[in-house]
Amino acid sequence: MTINVKTDFKYVGTRPIRPDGLDKVTGRAMYGADLNVQGMIYGHIVRSPYAHAKIKSIDFSEALKLPGVLATMSADDLPDPGDIKIPGGEVDFELKVFSPIIMARGKVFFHAQAVAAVAATSASLAAEAAKLVKVEYEILPHVLDVHAAAREDAPLLHDDVFTQGVDPVPTKPSNVSAQLELKMGDIDAGFAKADLVIERTYCVPMCHQGYIEPHACVAQIDESGKVDIWCCTQGAFMVRTLTSAITGIDVGKFKVTPSEIGGGFGGKTTVYIEPVAVILAQKSGRPVKIVMSREDVFRASGPVSSSETRVKIGVTKDGKITAIDTDIVMDSGAFSSSPIFPAVMFGSACYRCDNIRSSGTEVLTNKPKVYAYRAPGAPQPMLAVECVINEIAQKLNMDPIDFRLLNAVDEGDVPLFGVPFQAIGLKTALREAKKHPNYQAVLKENQGRGVGAAFWINAGMQSSATINVSEDGRINVLTGNPDIGGSRASMALMAAEVLGVPMETIRPTVVDTDSIAYSDLTGGSRTTLATGGAVIKAAEALVEELKKRAAALWALDIKEIEWVDGKAVAANGEKVFTLAELAAKAGVTGGPLCAVASHNAHNAAPSFAVNVCDVEVDRETGKVDILRYTCVQDAGKAIHPAYVEGQMQGGAVQGIGWALNEEYLFNERGELDNAGFLDYRIPVASDLPMIDTVIVEVPNPLHPYGVRGVGEVSICPPMPAVVTAVNQAAGILVCDLPLSPPKVLAAIDA
Amino acid sequence: MSKQRKTHVSTTVNGEPCEFLCEPTQVLSDVLRNNLNLTGTKEGCNTGDCGACSVMLDGALVCACLVLAVEVQDRDIETIEGVAKEGKLHPIQQKLLEHAALQCGICTPGVVIASKALLEKNPDPSESEVRYWLAGNLCRCTGYDKIIRAVLDAGAVMRGE
Repeated sequence: MTINVKTDFKYVGTRPIRPDGLDKVTGRAMYGADLNVQGMIYGHIVRSPYAHAKIKSIDFSEALKLPGVLATMSADDLPDPGDIKIPGGEVDFELKVFSPIIMARGKVFFHAQAVAAVAATSASLAAEAAKLVKVEYEILPHVLDVHAAAREDAPLLHDDVFTQGVDPVPTKPSNVSAQLELKMGDIDAGFAKADLVIERTYCVPMCHQGYIEPHACVAQIDESGKVDIWCCTQGAFMVRTLTSAITGIDVGKFKVTPSEIGGGFGGKTTVYIEPVAVILAQKSGRPVKIVMSREDVFRASGPVSSSETRVKIGVTKDGKITAIDTDIVMDSGAFSSSPIFPAVMFGSACYRCDNIRSSGTEVLTNKPKVYAYRAPGAPQPMLAVECVINEIAQKLNMDPIDFRLLNAVDEGDVPLFGVPFQAIGLKTALREAKKHPNYQAVLKENQGRGVGAAFWINAGMQSSATINVSEDGRINVLTGNPDIGGSRASMALMAAEVLGVPMETIRPTVVDTDSIAYSDLTGGSRTTLATGGAVIKAAEALVEELKKRAAALWALDIKEIEWVDGKAVAANGEKVFTLAELAAKAGVTGGPLCAVASHNAHNAAPSFAVNVCDVEVDRETGKVDILRYTCVQDAGKAIHPAYVEGQMQGGAVQGIGWALNEEYLFNERGELDNAGFLDYRIPVASDLPMIDTVIVEVPNPLHPYGVRGVGEVSICPPMPAVVTAVNQAAGILVCDLPLSPPKVLAAIDA
Repeated sequence: MSKQRKTHVSTTVNGEPCEFLCEPTQVLSDVLRNNLNLTGTKEGCNTGDCGACSVMLDGALVCACLVLAVEVQDRDIETIEGVAKEGKLHPIQQKLLEHAALQCGICTPGVVIASKALLEKNPDPSESEVRYWLAGNLCRCTGYDKIIRAVLDAGAVMRGE
């Protein structure tokens, strides 16, 4: 399928100030915790002090004696999930892996899992009452390490989890929740052709998305049972679906209003507190607010799978890859939720190779259930593949970018996941990286350079858009996708492009679930592509309507009307109506001007990125300084280039943090020892140089504006770029992340 | 909980006299947000690690989550709500917008307060000085690049360059 991809733009590609900017620099913008409503009380969640235990009893009597405690809840207030399925867009979800995260049922599987909740008239009273809830536990042996958990004699988390992907289906339950393997070609024949084979195992720790805004919500229920939820989320419709399933309240009773969102990166694509607030509101008859503490965010909201990736790559002496073999083990925490499928499918997607084998194992441990983080599943295997590619290039005395150019996938190549590539930007990005001035900089003593390349699939899925025209011709663009990084600006720019009017006349708004048709959540790098696609469709429908109205006023056929620069034009330019004039006459030409679009985007296209990192290692302390950092990424088309750069820079720095510092540190009891920003150290301004960016634009041949999606691929190349640079600078080979100063120092001194 | 009397506090917020009643354990960020409805001051950690609650207290940059509300009696507090004056943005606000130096925007009020404090103290900071000054303001979205450029640019505007 091919379509006409627009290449000459008037508004798209410019850098206007974002429409929601004023509210955000003045503090007016309302985030999750910023709403207080009349009669509101406060919920507080009681959490498990143990990593694995049976809940024998829960006694609220002491808590209820405190004046001002108005409601309590536990899993008894939620429907038993059984085998209930939650309808998803393309795959259904199992309620039993969501419901216990909201309230543990009979058993706790990780430290700080929610067990009960109370609501009281002040936040401090609710916290005090929570301490009075008596929960009796029977402590069970726990297991934290994936290898220990995979053993036959390991403490078993769930007696109803049988390893998926094994034939025949096992009859004995296991902590190994899934296994899969994909193959193409003949892996043994591939290695037989190789002149050089390198095999390494790279380990990446569990980390957190680290959004600055803790989860927060307010829920209220009216006398008819209508549920109103205000919350910070990547998807209001997702909150509606999940909260309905978890509470057992009909989906039609919900209205969810997304607040501004203070970061998510995948971490706000599920619910943690909304169902609790709803039940407490139902039981107390009062609006209930819950704000998670930072500590609870770290302990009990979705961290990211740790992983162990063994990779073996074979090449000929002239630098052609002959075989890629990878095994990845991912820790999913206490429930099956890891991105093991993308990890297995995408790890080697940058390279043309006839013989690939890739396998994955998902293991359950007594840790918090993992959840999505930017390009879920891709950074971990790509770290291993890319670091080995760098090592191979060095052994062959080849420039690492030249080596990649020799092996990079291009249009027509079929990757392991089976969908042939159309036009893609990997080679262009590699060439741009190579010619960047940073790549020519001369390295000094104790300095090193690393390259990383990456792929991400990007999503399409369902979106809707509504456009209304006011009587003075101003345009309201309504969508249902929370604006997590400037998407209102890109929605407005795309509407401006179609309508031919300046972006300043367009007001983009993110609305609640009652005010727009369904939209899948903001994630998968899909908003600009899919919701933008819906906006383009709606704007095109509006242009048709405007032409029809002009035709009626002039008594001409619609075919004689052209839409040029925001005006209806006919009779070789002698007849002109501006959009504002048509809007003013709407009442006599057919009624209010509006357009609605429903869109199921099947036109997603992959993104590729290349990063180059230069570091200096202090041999006395093991500290790493980033000297120069370059991100090159194929955006397809950058609708608002400044926010595309922002996605590249933000992803790069998250990856730098993951490479150098960030890791979950559990003690032997399974408690997270670093549940705060002081000890879970994300990069700060003084850790970094400027992050240089080069946007490549190889248009997505399936999207009217060539858009691909930019949010996720950016986190994939930093880890290998940084790790290779550090290892090279220090003359070491550390494969166990993060490369924190003690680890680097120990390797230097070894 | 033993019934504790709330404490009455008189203070000045953004140049205006202000009174509130607070529990002895309440911190300033909580009172600003939940008693005075000044929700522009954000709470990201409540342990003084993220800087989202940065405010000025008697001209000093502080994390409002580390100040007990009862301590602000007769003090002078400036919050994000007081930065734009007479319908006009402060140069740092304007430059953050022009440089697209915010994505989710949750750290932005703190960044505005901290950067303004820097530029008032040091009108012509180096890139490195800006980076170290803002090291207490966590931003997870931007990688800081555009924020640093915006602060340097705002400094130039304030110097009349």
